[in-house]
Amino acid sequence: MEQENMGAIGLDRLPEDQWATVSDVTVPTDATDRGLVLRLLELGFVPGERVRVVREGRTVREPLAVRVGHTTFALRRHEAAFIRVIPAE
Amino acid sequence: MEAPVPKQPLRIALLGNPNCGKTALFNLLTGSRQKVANYAGVTVERKEGVFRTTAGRQVSVLDLPGAYSLNALSGDEAVTRDVITGHSQEVLPDLLVCVVDATNLRLHLRLVLEARRLGLPLVVALNKMDRARQLGIHIDTSRLARELNLYVTETVSVHTHGADTLRELLDKNLPSTGPSTWRESGIEQVIATQHDVLRIFQSVVTEPAIDKDPSDRMDRFLMHPVWGFAVLAVVLFLTFMAVFSGGAVLSDIIEEGFGAVAALVEAHMDEGLLRGLLVEGIIGGVGGVIVFLPQILILFLFILALESSGYLPRAAFLLDRPMSAAGLSGRSFIPLLSSFACAIPGIMATRTISHWRDRLTTILIAPLMACSARIPVYTLLVAALFPDDAVSAALVMVGLYILGIVAAMTVAWVIKSTDKDHARSPLMMELPAYQWPDVRSLVIGLWERAMIFLRRVGTIILAITIVMWALYTIPSPRRTADGAPVERSLAGELGHALHHVFAPIGFNEQISFALVPGMAAREVVVSALGTAYAMQGDEGEVDEQLRERITNEWPLATKLSLLLWMVFAPQCLSTFAVVKRETGSWKQMWIMGGYLFALAYLASFITYQLTTVLTAS
Repeated sequence: MEQENMGAIGLDRLPEDQWATVSDVTVPTDATDRGLVLRLLELGFVPGERVRVVREGRTVREPLAVRVGHTTFALRRHEAAFIRVIPAE
Repeated sequence: MEAPVPKQPLRIALLGNPNCGKTALFNLLTGSRQKVANYAGVTVERKEGVFRTTAGRQVSVLDLPGAYSLNALSGDEAVTRDVITGHSQEVLPDLLVCVVDATNLRLHLRLVLEARRLGLPLVVALNKMDRARQLGIHIDTSRLARELNLYVTETVSVHTHGADTLRELLDKNLPSTGPSTWRESGIEQVIATQHDVLRIFQSVVTEPAIDKDPSDRMDRFLMHPVWGFAVLAVVLFLTFMAVFSGGAVLSDIIEEGFGAVAALVEAHMDEGLLRGLLVEGIIGGVGGVIVFLPQILILFLFILALESSGYLPRAAFLLDRPMSAAGLSGRSFIPLLSSFACAIPGIMATRTISHWRDRLTTILIAPLMACSARIPVYTLLVAALFPDDAVSAALVMVGLYILGIVAAMTVAWVIKSTDKDHARSPLMMELPAYQWPDVRSLVIGLWERAMIFLRRVGTIILAITIVMWALYTIPSPRRTADGAPVERSLAGELGHALHHVFAPIGFNEQISFALVPGMAAREVVVSALGTAYAMQGDEGEVDEQLRERITNEWPLATKLSLLLWMVFAPQCLSTFAVVKRETGSWKQMWIMGGYLFALAYLASFITYQLTTVLTAS
């Protein structure tokens, strides 16, 4: 899972309204964060899925409304940062 | 496969993601035959109901709390996991019905695959099939059944006959899926399961490209940094307009009804203690509280409708940033909004907040939201402050609401600042697809709220009214001096004693006494004041006389001081009880009561002393 992906960025850095594809997910060592990442995977943030930031809060870009499949989730930037994505051309 | 109808009832449990339409399906199956309680030892709502299969077999059904996964993150999810893995005091269900949203199989199918490992008999209810067809989503149901090796039935929980297929299916003898192989999955297994989900999904679902999803366009508008807030302001304005204007009309009708009953009793009974108890005590007291029912129900109608339409989670998204400045998250928005009706359901709604500190903070500040029980006292005092100026009165009213909100945010900020372990609070909240609210679920939801309120009126409030009436009626053995009967009563004595505590903040003996029953239920403060001033007549008349006396007799400083007291003071025993129950801690309950009392006393003290000095010069 930790392999290098050329051009991958954290989902928290994806510009608003741009599609991207999940490349991998950072697996943290902290137990709480692991639970969080597990849940993100269960919610559908798995490699290969297409995602898009539908809306983000102004000024500090917090929180993010992220669309994955048919669902939209409100995420914090630090939550989104665990998901690595490759922006579409 | 067909078996004769067995005699004993079948026990089933509905399992599903939040927002899969599970509760609407439960409501459709059971109608009004449901019981709401708590799971043993935890404050998670337990809903059970009964219905019959097509062949007439009785089924008892448990509506499990919504769960994305059996790797529980919240208290709700832990209960669901424990019940279906046999780690709770609940009897293991004979059969699980996994409810999935047909418009969002990609998300919901994963739970089916996980539940399949439990070894319990399992069927899949493909819910919201009508909506899926509208969206042009085609699902090959028989192929799905083959892929899963499970029975799959289509349901539409918003149609009267939408669950008939499920009733029919439950008459079959349903095989178990083998021994349980379930255990909490790690990251590798979750990814493997997701690959299975994707493979099955792609083989059974044909759908239009998701770029065209109408939900996205609504989202871009409703969560817009400018337009989104404008819409939210309009929605909240309309909600509170409806609460005040619609509520007032209905309240008047109820008030007249109670007045008529009181008149009837007075006409047919001889004057005496019993008549006094009935008319002034019970009818006056209980009637004075039931008049808030319309306001509470109108606010809940808006909250339930906005929540099930998918709008409230968007509002929570918008408000997440402003609220996080005070150390809260957007998740606190819905509980706090409910607290404007009543703090009790508001505090109960904090169960959806998984982060403990966020939840506790929300519980502690919920009583600062101006609940509907405060409206009559506010109205009375504001009218007495501005007898001829409706505009100023309305503005001060709004000001009192805002003061409560500002105080709540300040307290939340203080709690955040004193918490050394300042972990980042999680959000991770689904913004479900927009949909029309299901009328049946709205009606059942409102009915539940109304029953909770009426039960409270029938118990706590009825008891307070009777005790209060008795305290005013029984003469005190010590005070034999002349004066109105009220002054010579036990109540007069109590008011006199309390007056020492409240004199520095400008409260007279009548107010001091009215605060005692007000502690138990804020709603009765106005009628207690009426009793304290020995006023006669039905509620409307008492209000009228009270307003006059307050306008003429109370100094400005006292009026303002009591207003501020009502904004902050910890009141209503039920709120204390629910804080104790939800936090499981006496300490938290006393912290809430203590800080609110201190805040109220301080605010009233400063206001009273300052106003007295200013008006004197």
